[in-house]
Amino acid sequence: MAKKLRRHVITMTATAGSGHPGGSLSAADIITALYFKVLRHNPKNPQWSDRDRFILSKGHAAPILYAALAETGYFPVAELATLRKLDSRLQGHADRKFTPGVEMSAGSLGMGLSFAIGVALAARLDSKTYRTYVLLSDGECEEGQTWEAALSAAHFKLDNLTAIVDCNGMQLSGWTRDIMNLEPFTRKWQAFGWHTIDIDGHNFDQILFACQEAEKKKGKPTVIVAHTIKGKGVSFMENNAAFHGKAPTWEEAERALKELE
Amino acid sequence: MAEASTRETYGKTLVELGRQNEDIVVLDADLSPSTMTSFFAREFPDRFFDCGLEEQNMVSIAAGLAASGKIVFVSSFAIFASCRCFDQLRLCLSQPELNVKIVATHGGITVGEDGASHHAIEDLALYCALPGFTIVVPADAIEAAGAVRVAASDHGPFYIRLSRPKTAIVYPKGYHFTLGKAVTMRQGTDATVIAVGIMVAKALEAADILARQGIDCRVINMHTLKPLDDAAVVKAASETGAIVVAEEHLAQGGLGSRVAQTTARENPVPMEFVNLGDRYALSGKAEELLRRYGLTARDIEESVKSVVKRK
Repeated sequence: MAKKLRRHVITMTATAGSGHPGGSLSAADIITALYFKVLRHNPKNPQWSDRDRFILSKGHAAPILYAALAETGYFPVAELATLRKLDSRLQGHADRKFTPGVEMSAGSLGMGLSFAIGVALAARLDSKTYRTYVLLSDGECEEGQTWEAALSAAHFKLDNLTAIVDCNGMQLSGWTRDIMNLEPFTRKWQAFGWHTIDIDGHNFDQILFACQEAEKKKGKPTVIVAHTIKGKGVSFMENNAAFHGKAPTWEEAERALKELE
Repeated sequence: MAEASTRETYGKTLVELGRQNEDIVVLDADLSPSTMTSFFAREFPDRFFDCGLEEQNMVSIAAGLAASGKIVFVSSFAIFASCRCFDQLRLCLSQPELNVKIVATHGGITVGEDGASHHAIEDLALYCALPGFTIVVPADAIEAAGAVRVAASDHGPFYIRLSRPKTAIVYPKGYHFTLGKAVTMRQGTDATVIAVGIMVAKALEAADILARQGIDCRVINMHTLKPLDDAAVVKAASETGAIVVAEEHLAQGGLGSRVAQTTARENPVPMEFVNLGDRYALSGKAEELLRRYGLTARDIEESVKSVVKRK
């Protein structure tokens, strides 16, 4: 299924002529695991009050989220071809006003973890058992607000919250370690009071196991530091910052789709 | 003139609302003793979240709570509840039209001695630039209570700006606040002063002085900046032929800009503006600052006289 979602990402961004394939591909296995195994959700009733919440903080990875939402039945798969087109429900960055299943409007980085805290606090107030998942990029952890949120999630002891960082090591203009070094990354989260789990973000079993471990951890929030490869699955996009915010040409898309067969 | 604190009224009103509706939650950023959300915190500790000095985080948390069905009141000083978290207001509240009420205290220069860093004088311009926000600046404590109640029952994002010092009472006790409907505080035919917040009391004072000089001045309290009561502006323009706008704010982007847009489109008449112009203020006592920066009844009086001459 992850491969299928990756193919959607390639086709969608090529059709749109713009978009962010790199960070969508790095998150493909995480998104697949969540939508097809982890989340309790009901695509026919996106507002089901007991659903687990998934919040995409790295809003530019909207194509991979849309692909998962379409394949699980929130809207027709054919609609994916309308990405970024005028009057489409699939806006360039995820927008909760337009797309069934999208919990949060994102696109300015660093806000999703905070939003997720609000959702998790509401669960506690309402004695609901749903879990809140939020996907961040490592690059967006350069935003100060992420660390405000990290402090407060631990302060509020939100053990019903799982953050996953799609740690592909890259951002728009290059390697995060060159642009703004985040290391020691996992130790920072530990210092902020989080339970941390480092995994290979392309290993399905590790993703599932980490989500289960997070659910069992009481008294503090869990962050899964998922080590990934930007552009994963398409050889010429892998570890290539050029494909952060650039769509493949049709020729490139054809090559990519062949690799993803 | 009797005085009362708008923020104390806010704190008490929140407690009343909290008793009526379990979905009301309150966030603050380490300022609850000053914003008076401390009253709510004391009575409903489970529904109060102190977010510490994290205004950006606080606004996005509020969005998450609102998206989960809560009616969220968020308080801080006006300067931090506008400038500090503008991108969060835009993406997390304005664009998705979430049900969050920003009630900010310490608006304007009457914050006083704390100085320019604490004077929120661009907040109205910023909030007016956010589609979907309803913006209210109450003239006194009675109106503040009404505005807070309406905010709790109406869906969508609100900005309510309150003051640090006590504010002159301009309404009788039974006054009923109607959102988006300007209040004619005093009839008049020669000119109209359209004012908000603390400037309403000063406009009434100016109208008394002008009356003794034979100038019959209408006073309108435009408590809701957005949506603006265009009809009241047009009526004032056509019936009095001259308008003065008075606000505790910079010249750009606040009530003056909004009223001028309406008159320019509907019925251009001579206008004058009583505001802070394009500058920051110094530390000082509130009354000293109002005198220094031209926000007194005397300043309104002078503006009315000059606008009447241009008719």
